[in-house]
Amino acid sequence: MAITTAQSPFRIDPLSGLRIDLQAQALVKINAVLAVVFLLVGGAAGLLVALTRWPAVHLLPADMFYMALTVHGIVALMVWIIFFEIAVIYFVSTALLSCRIATPGWAWTQVWLMVIGAAMTFVAILQGNSSVMMTSYPPLEAAPHFYLGLILFAVGALIGCFVFWGTLVIAKEEKTYEGSLPLIVYGAMVAVCIAVFTIASGAIILIPTFLWSVGLIKSIDPMMYRVIWWAFGHSSQQINVVTHISIWYCIAGLIFGAKPMSEKVSRTAFLLYILFLQFGSVHHLLSDPGLSSVWKVFNTSYMMYMAVLASLIHGLTVPGSIEVAQRRNGYNNGLFEWLRKAPWGNPVFSGMFLSLVGFGFVGGITGVVMSVEQVNMIIHNTIYVPAHFHGTVAGGTTLAFMALTYFLIPVLFQREVIMPGLAKWQPWLFGIGINVFAIVVMGAGTLGVPRRHYDITFAGQALAHEWPGLIYMMMTVGEIGAVLAVVGGALFCYIVVGSILWGKKVPADAKCIVAPPADAGGHKEIGAGGFEAPGTFILAMVLFVTLVLYYFVNFKYLATLWTLA
Amino acid sequence: MSNEPIEQQTVLQRILDDINLIMCLCLVVPTVFYTLWGVMEVATIPLGK
Amino acid sequence: MGYSFTPPAKNWATEPIERTEILWIIIALAWCLFMFVWMIAWHWIGNQNMNNEAYKILPESYAKKVEDFTAKYTIRQDANDPSLPVVSPPPGSDVYLAASRFQWRPLLEIQKGKTYRVHISSLDVDHGFSLLPENINFTAYPGYESVITMTPNKSGQFDIICNEYCGFGHHMMLGRIYVKE
Repeated sequence: MAITTAQSPFRIDPLSGLRIDLQAQALVKINAVLAVVFLLVGGAAGLLVALTRWPAVHLLPADMFYMALTVHGIVALMVWIIFFEIAVIYFVSTALLSCRIATPGWAWTQVWLMVIGAAMTFVAILQGNSSVMMTSYPPLEAAPHFYLGLILFAVGALIGCFVFWGTLVIAKEEKTYEGSLPLIVYGAMVAVCIAVFTIASGAIILIPTFLWSVGLIKSIDPMMYRVIWWAFGHSSQQINVVTHISIWYCIAGLIFGAKPMSEKVSRTAFLLYILFLQFGSVHHLLSDPGLSSVWKVFNTSYMMYMAVLASLIHGLTVPGSIEVAQRRNGYNNGLFEWLRKAPWGNPVFSGMFLSLVGFGFVGGITGVVMSVEQVNMIIHNTIYVPAHFHGTVAGGTTLAFMALTYFLIPVLFQREVIMPGLAKWQPWLFGIGINVFAIVVMGAGTLGVPRRHYDITFAGQALAHEWPGLIYMMMTVGEIGAVLAVVGGALFCYIVVGSILWGKKVPADAKCIVAPPADAGGHKEIGAGGFEAPGTFILAMVLFVTLVLYYFVNFKYLATLWTLA
Repeated sequence: MSNEPIEQQTVLQRILDDINLIMCLCLVVPTVFYTLWGVMEVATIPLGK
Repeated sequence: MGYSFTPPAKNWATEPIERTEILWIIIALAWCLFMFVWMIAWHWIGNQNMNNEAYKILPESYAKKVEDFTAKYTIRQDANDPSLPVVSPPPGSDVYLAASRFQWRPLLEIQKGKTYRVHISSLDVDHGFSLLPENINFTAYPGYESVITMTPNKSGQFDIICNEYCGFGHHMMLGRIYVKE
């Protein structure tokens, strides 16, 4: 390891060529490690949930099930993801801009606040009187330290956002880069903007709810809570979307030397996210009473589906940029040689590409359809909803984070990934498991199986509902998928921790693993029929046709129901 | 101050590069159209008998 | 030259957009606008819409309405659970259903093809109204009474289950609607 002096707190990483601030490196490492620790906790809780909803196993008693589900929701959906996101924004703002991190002291405060907050909420849930689910809708009441922990966690995350913003300011002032921000950093900046809106919304509703739980406020209006809570709850998932899209672009660059097909298009798509993506918070309120259809339609469509347009654009430009790079590198034959010759055994690439496909086909298509005002009536609060967001958050975000981790281990931790043979398969195991879970359980949701439900057999109830036998098969297959995903997740945690603790040190003279820029190559005439990325266009049209068909299938189903007005 | 010839850049580029403007838009637009409008929707639900 | 993680060319906004992207943006934009128009149009061309009629109400007042409604139209006690009244309101009338931990009350008997104004609210915490096997899902909150106009187009037994988590007995919360020919 290089000896650092006060004058030179940076090191040049041999694998990536990046100039890395050592303070930032320590902060990225601690946030990433904490993220993985919480992923293990959240995954374990998820396993308990899966084994209980697997009809033939039905593992836990009811109160333990609801407790495990509350833990799983909060830890896997918020704690793991936000710790990793803080690691990502610190990494891209320092390493990609060759900049030192702003106010490292505050950054350590961020770490401590988030750890203490997460632990406090975790303890509150384990004490048994805060099994209120992640959403904690009042008048359902949790212990005061359940809310206080969430507030501390959010304050920590907000400090992380300010540290990122400060780093951008320093980089500009110290001219560590020229011109506009790189697209990846730009995406991270967009994610941070959304995070600030998210956290502010959370504060507006969670602080009064905390005061209510200690008796200082008489009541919390259940509908006001829902409107504002979802500006927090849903937007926090939008941070994930923007972050993992940035990671897709990043990995396309690292592995293929790709650059965005058009900076203008990709950045404008990010602007559409800024303006319209947070409107999606209304998706949880579409079956609620008293809110006008004008407000619902305007928001649920992200103002004429402008945020969906942005996602469709990124969905094309990311693989499109890979295709262009591969063709310039010489894989210019036919429509799909560029894809066939991609490094499928490299977990950085396979994780990223599975994340892209899963997020588009499973998370994305279902998200667009279920958020139609009327279609939501056949989906609201069924198990279709968690199936959908496992397609986005687990199959999309978590898998993209895993892929990036396989890059960060050698670059930041300066260790080689252990068990490369298993690491090669890990993204496939997790990706296939989670998508089997999502797709099959969506089928059960379409037949009305509820989410957050301990016993769909209604054992011992006079009015027990009798399901078609098919749903038990679906729940079984789906939960087997979930268990596979947990195995994939556990394997990931083991590989990460093992690599950090006893992985071989990366030698100081290691060869650079970042691909050279593809457009420096000699192949100028690429593509077919005047299109630079014809293969990607065909893949995008497959997605498009699937979306259109699925959209009308749902309307066909909707049209058979009782008349509702 | 910057001595780059600003007029060479398009309006779009200048808007997209202004990260403080982006942050403001991100806070104001959803607050107005989702949060404030939504709160008004709840507040104006009539009283029942 | 460059990557996604290096700064772009100085005047990146003036670079031309490649054909693949332009065509895709046109297709995607057209579909986005179609979905927007279709969702609005379904309010007129479709038979399944929420009318969003709702009132603020005290849970006690709503409980009283449900009690009066039940007393007025009860026709029998349910065969599966004799403690539960089955209520048969006349077509076109107002129907009151109350969610509370952990039941939907009362049970209903209504007629196929006839229209009812179904009122839904909760007496304690948030609950879900999930009508099976139709798979129609609404929400019920304390302090808010919503009214949905329903016309059954099938006869038979329809079960209501709660699909909003409401406490440790959540999975035992049920109700029922019988629809006669």
